[in-house]
Amino acid sequence: MTENQEQGRTIGQLIWRRFRKNKLGVVGGLVVALLFFITVIAPFLATMDIVEQSARHILAPPQKIYFQSEEGEWRRPYVYNLIKHRDPDTLRLMYTEDRSQQFPIRFFVKGLEYRILWLISGRTHLLGVDEGCRWNLLGTDPLGRDLYSRILMGSQVSLSVPLVGVSLSILIGTVIGVISGYLGGRVDHYIQRTIEIMMSFPTLPLWLALAAAIPITLPSAYRYLLIVVILSLIDWGGLARVVRGKVLQYRGEDYVLAARMSGCGLFRIIFKHLVPGTLSHLIVCATLSVPGMILAESALSFLGIGITPPLTSWGMLLKDAHKLEVLVYHHWIMIPGFLIIVAVLSFNFLGDGLRDAADPYS
Amino acid sequence: MIPTFLVVSFIVFFIIQLPPSNWIERHIENLALEQGTFTSERHLQLAHELTERYNLDRPYLLQYGSWILNFLRGDMGESFEYGQEVSVLLAKRIPYSIMISLLSLFFVYSIGIPIGIYCALNQNKISDTIATIAGFIGLSIPNFFLALILMVFGLYVLDLPVGGLFSPEYEDAPWSFGKFIDFLQHVWVAVVVIGTAGTAGIIRVVRGNLLDVLGEPYITALRAKGLPEKMVTIKHAVRISINPVITGLGMWLPSLISGETIVSIVMNIPTAGPLLFGALQSEDIYLSGSILMVLCLFLLIGNLLADIALAWFDPRIRYD
Repeated sequence: MTENQEQGRTIGQLIWRRFRKNKLGVVGGLVVALLFFITVIAPFLATMDIVEQSARHILAPPQKIYFQSEEGEWRRPYVYNLIKHRDPDTLRLMYTEDRSQQFPIRFFVKGLEYRILWLISGRTHLLGVDEGCRWNLLGTDPLGRDLYSRILMGSQVSLSVPLVGVSLSILIGTVIGVISGYLGGRVDHYIQRTIEIMMSFPTLPLWLALAAAIPITLPSAYRYLLIVVILSLIDWGGLARVVRGKVLQYRGEDYVLAARMSGCGLFRIIFKHLVPGTLSHLIVCATLSVPGMILAESALSFLGIGITPPLTSWGMLLKDAHKLEVLVYHHWIMIPGFLIIVAVLSFNFLGDGLRDAADPYS
Repeated sequence: MIPTFLVVSFIVFFIIQLPPSNWIERHIENLALEQGTFTSERHLQLAHELTERYNLDRPYLLQYGSWILNFLRGDMGESFEYGQEVSVLLAKRIPYSIMISLLSLFFVYSIGIPIGIYCALNQNKISDTIATIAGFIGLSIPNFFLALILMVFGLYVLDLPVGGLFSPEYEDAPWSFGKFIDFLQHVWVAVVVIGTAGTAGIIRVVRGNLLDVLGEPYITALRAKGLPEKMVTIKHAVRISINPVITGLGMWLPSLISGETIVSIVMNIPTAGPLLFGALQSEDIYLSGSILMVLCLFLLIGNLLADIALAWFDPRIRYD
């Protein structure tokens, strides 16, 4: 690209141009968008009530979907009911198909009532089968609950915790970073030392200590909020440093001086002239701290001191995999783990791509 | 360093007292369960003894002061859950924590630095891309999940013992070569899991730095005077480019400790991690507080050592 073409483009356009060249970043961004879309419409995609237990379907494997009848004719996809019994020798749980009745998979079936984003309510679900069959697309957990629906609903917690948490970090980080960078001097010194001390803590033990301090009796929703607060409490330091560095750099620039000379108030200078300049770096830094939050929430929930029922999250679903013998014979309960990897990986790719693109003049 | 220590210790003291519970009553109830019910007189006496020992009737700051002074003298209080002095419990567990962390550090450096160098020297070739993506994947796997997968792999595919630190026959035996091999067989999963995330970070840093250094004029000068390429890269470029890795030591340590904690909990390795987790859940506050303090101390000392190592390694850096 020549100099002439570069001129006349906004920063946004330049960033977008550079970002588009990073294939991994674009793929990561697309996957992130897809994941969030699925998360929003999760209740519509889910096939069952996530708390409905069934003693007859403990650790049932994913049902096989047939596309051909037993005579080999192509037909509408269908599933069989599963019947539980124990292996007479090993006493292990076994499931066989009940071949007497076929249950075709139908689109847009009526089921449990739900709300999407507190706005749209409905009873129609994307997939389902007729009454009389329990269809577990991805098998069930040790309490016989449908894993597919639990994964979908769990994604709402797993992906919203980092989002809310990072927003909170951005808020705290920007305010403190601006104060530190703009005021400078002693205030800056103490704030920077505080951040250094916070960063020198071993994060996981600190999270454990804080999460363990939340009373177990607290309702699920409050606990969710407190977990978010705990995660961002340790996370904002990095963001504050980025903002501080940029504010420190812009503070001495002529345009800020000009703004001050023309009588701008402190708040106007900060929010109109300083903060926008830090925005691109702030977004990059925020994107890169999302993976850490996803991992932290899943670790806490896995250990049983994160999210509590009736809410669920991917980390909590993996709790069932902690017993190795369960894990070995019922490998479908590992699926949430792979989803965590996909989510974290795409956020890492996205953040990495954004970082390379964030400074279009470099 | 000392102000940091004071602030850190105060935060730890504050956090462990967060749960709103009456642990004195719970402790006495526990003792009563073991030794039969106490008379109300004995009950009061016990409560008084505990109050006396931990200065609970004094102002908050004084409680903290006596706690931290005693901690530094090695008197860390008593674990209510185990009925033992905290220092005795820690003396058994902390060495394993440190040993596993150091092994992981060694693993991270000995894998990450060579791969990083290799990637920089083969920039943008397929092998570089593969290593970068593999690094990203390592960064993205939750520690506990990787530990589960490797445990299953070790147990059912390689037929190795997993979980714990030693096989029963070596549990109480003195250190010997056989015991050491047994130890390695048990901890390799933990070391690999803890190291995986860190390795990706090191690869990135080394690769980026080496690429920067290779573009500098003095490298061109070395090439121009006819020095073999191998000498240029290994003797002159690599040496400078791994400085940030050594300063980074202070940055890697917290994640090593975090990784060590969760992996030990998942794999039931008797280090400080599971002890801390149990102590936090049963509100065994002097035990959990001491473990947190020891871990923080470990980090502070690690940071100090990193600074010293850097000054020694890179003579250009001098602290005033």
